[in-house]
Amino acid sequence: MNFDFSDDQKFLREEARKFLAAKCTTAQVREVLDDDAKSHHDGLWTEIVEMGWLGTAISEEHGGLGLGMLELCVIAEELGRALAPVPFASTAYFFAEAVKLAGSDAQKAALLPKVADGSVIGCIAASEGPGAVEPAKLSTIFADGKLNGTKVPVTDGDIATHAVVLAKDGSSASLVIVDLTGDGVTRSALSTIEPTRSHAEITFDGAPAELLGGSGDGESLYNEVLNRAAVLLAFEQIGGAARCLEMANEYAKERHAFGRPIGGNQAIKHKLADMYVKNEVGRSNAYYGAWALSTGAAELPEAAAAARLAASEAYWFASKENIQTHGGMGFTWEVDCHLFYRRAKLLAVQAGAPAQWKEKLVHALEMKNAA
Amino acid sequence: MDFNDTPEEAEFRAEARAFLEQHLDKKEPGRPSRDESYMKRAKEWQNIKAENRFAQITWPEAMGGRGGTPMQQVIWNQEEAQFDAPTAPFAIGLGMCVPTVIAFGADEHKERYVKKALHGEEIWCQLFSEPSAGSDVAGLKTKAVRDGDDWVVNGQKVWTTGAQFSDYGILLTRTDPDVPKHKGLTMFIVDMKDPGVEVRPIHQASGGREFNEVYFTDVRIPDSDRLGEPGQGWKVAIVTLMNERLAVGGSPGPDWQEIMDYARDAGTLSDAAFRAKLADWYVAAQGYKLTKFRTQTALSRGETPGPENSIGKIITANHLQDICNSAVEMQDHYGIINDPGKAPADAIFQESLMWAPGLRIAGGTDEILKNIIAERVLGLPQDVRVDKDKAFSEL
Repeated sequence: MNFDFSDDQKFLREEARKFLAAKCTTAQVREVLDDDAKSHHDGLWTEIVEMGWLGTAISEEHGGLGLGMLELCVIAEELGRALAPVPFASTAYFFAEAVKLAGSDAQKAALLPKVADGSVIGCIAASEGPGAVEPAKLSTIFADGKLNGTKVPVTDGDIATHAVVLAKDGSSASLVIVDLTGDGVTRSALSTIEPTRSHAEITFDGAPAELLGGSGDGESLYNEVLNRAAVLLAFEQIGGAARCLEMANEYAKERHAFGRPIGGNQAIKHKLADMYVKNEVGRSNAYYGAWALSTGAAELPEAAAAARLAASEAYWFASKENIQTHGGMGFTWEVDCHLFYRRAKLLAVQAGAPAQWKEKLVHALEMKNAA
Repeated sequence: MDFNDTPEEAEFRAEARAFLEQHLDKKEPGRPSRDESYMKRAKEWQNIKAENRFAQITWPEAMGGRGGTPMQQVIWNQEEAQFDAPTAPFAIGLGMCVPTVIAFGADEHKERYVKKALHGEEIWCQLFSEPSAGSDVAGLKTKAVRDGDDWVVNGQKVWTTGAQFSDYGILLTRTDPDVPKHKGLTMFIVDMKDPGVEVRPIHQASGGREFNEVYFTDVRIPDSDRLGEPGQGWKVAIVTLMNERLAVGGSPGPDWQEIMDYARDAGTLSDAAFRAKLADWYVAAQGYKLTKFRTQTALSRGETPGPENSIGKIITANHLQDICNSAVEMQDHYGIINDPGKAPADAIFQESLMWAPGLRIAGGTDEILKNIIAERVLGLPQDVRVDKDKAFSEL
C-alpha cells in the first residue's frame, strides 16, 4: 500500500508552502481584492512563472519541468491554501491540459513551451449563461475557421492570451483555440463574488480559431479536460478547507466568552470535528483522483467526480462555518474569513456545479456496473 | 502512488492466502452462517491459526505471536475477511483483554492465560460499561472491597459482548470512593464461572440479544489477580482501549452498491433525487475506505499513522442508517416488512435500519467521538468537568 505522496513530492509541497507563506499572504491577496483595476497579482505571477510551476506537468521536450500530475497536485493544494490571486488554474489545469490531451504535435510545440515560460496565459470558455453547459445548445458557433458568439463568465478571460472555447460546430460541438489578442475579440471585465480572481465576458465576432482535437469531439474532450481539472481543483479546495479549519481552531482557542475559550463548548467542538471529518473525506478522495490522473486509470471519471464532490463540500462547509465560528468579526471585510468563502464558491462552480458531478458520478458507476 | 504491496508484503499475502485456502471455504454472498456449530468451528479455527502463528501477528514470538508488523496484521485481516472464517468470539479477548494482561499481569498470569486464549481454548470479555457509566466510564460504581487476601466485588456491568460464553473477563472496579473518580479505580481478572457472576442477555431495541448485563454478588477475587496497582485502574483501562484492533473491517452493512443494485431492480435508479443521494453515499464510502488506505500506507512505510482514521465510525454508522432509511422509504408501505422471505434483499435494509442506532452508540457515541477529535486532534479545550477534583463519594 503506497497511497500517499512520495518524500520528494512532500518536499515540493513544503517548499511551495514556504514560498507562498512569504510571497502570498492575505495582504497580497487583498491588493487584488481591493483594486478593481487589478486582475491578478503581477509580482506573484512573475515569480511563479520563474520557478517553472506552470511547466510542472509539461514535458521537458515542450519546455516544462517534466515532473508529473502528482507534483502539480501538491502545488495546487498550496495555491489553494494561500488563495493565490493568479491565473494558474486557468492556464495549467484547463488550457495546458486541453492542449496536452487534444492538441496536434504542432499545437503542442507552439503553445506548451509558451505556457511553461509564462508568455501564454490560457483560459477555458464554455459557459454562456445561467445553468449547466449543454454542448448541444451552444450559441457560440465555429464555422470556416471563424468563431462567433459570447462566452460568460470566463475565468481569467480578461488577461488570458489564449482561450480554449467549446463551440457549436455543425450539428455537434468542438473545442477550438483562439488567440484573444487577435481580431474579432471583445472582452469586458465582470463583477463577481470572487474579485481576487478576474472574470470576463468575451464576444467573438468572426475571430480566427483553429480546432483543438477532432471536429465534433468537443463534448467528450471537454469532459475529459474537466475530469483532469476537477482533480487539480480538488487539491486547491482541500488546501483552502484545511486553512479554514486552522483559522477556526486558532480563533476558538483564543476567543473567550462566558469566561472561557469558545472552543470549550461542544457546539463549537463538534462543528470543528465535522469540518475535520469532511476535510479528511475530501483529502482521501482527492488523493484517489490524483492516483487516477497520474496513472491514466480507467477509474478517472468516478475518481475525479468523487474528488470534486468531496472537496467542494469540504471547502463550502469549512468556509461558511469558519465565518460562523468567528462570529461578528468573521463578517467584517478586514477579517480574512470571507476570502475563503468567496473562493470556495468559485471553485465549486467553475468546472460545473456539484449537481452535475453527482450525475456524472452515478453515470460512471452505472457504466462500471454494466461492464 | 499506488495500491500495491511491497515485495515483502506480497510474499506474506500469498502465504496467508495459501494457508487460508487450505483451511477455509471462500465467503459466500449473503449472510454469514451463525449456526450451533459456530463456536466449535471458531475455537478450532483459532487453534489452527495459533499453531501456525497467524493468530496475533504483531505479538512477540515468546507470547505465541509471529513477531510481525502491523501491516502484516492488516494484510492477514484483509485476506481472512475473504473467507468464511469464524473469528467473532475472540476479537475482544485477543484484541483488548489479553494484551492488557500481558502489559500488567504477573508472569504467572501470562503463563496461565495467554496461550489458552491464543489457541481458542478460553474466551475473554471486557467489563467496563455500567448503567450509570457509559461515555463517562470512570464514573462506574461496581465496588471491590479488600478482605484479607481477597477483594469482594458487588455491582453491575452492562453491554458486555460475549459475556455468556466467556471464561474470564477484565473487570474495572471502584476500590476507593474517597478520591476523585479516575483515581479510585482498580482492574482485576475475574473468573466468569464464579457462582457470584450472573450473566443476563439484554433484549436490544433491534430485537436481538447479542449483549449482556453482568451482575456481581460477593464475588471474591484474590489480590494476586489484580492488574496494576490499586487506584491505577484508569491507566490500565486506557491501555486496554488503546489496544483496539486496527480497524480494517469493511462496511458494517449494506452500502452504496447494495442500494444501487436494489434501485436498479426496483426501477427507481433513474430518479434524480435518488441519484444525488447515491453520489453522496459513494463519496462517503470512498472517503472512509481511502482514509484507511492512507493509514495503511503509514504502517507500510513504518511510520506512525496520523489521526485521520478517527473519522471512521462517525462516517460509517450514520452512513448505514441513512442508506437503510432511504431503502426502506423507496419500498414505500412495503418497506416495513422485515421477513427475509418477503422483503427485498433478504430484509438486510430493515435489519440494518434497526441495528444502526446501536452502532452510533457502541464503542463511543458520535458525540464522544467528535469530542475526541476536537480535543486530541484539534487540541481544543476539554469539556467542563465539574467532578474532576471532587471525591467520588461526594458527587
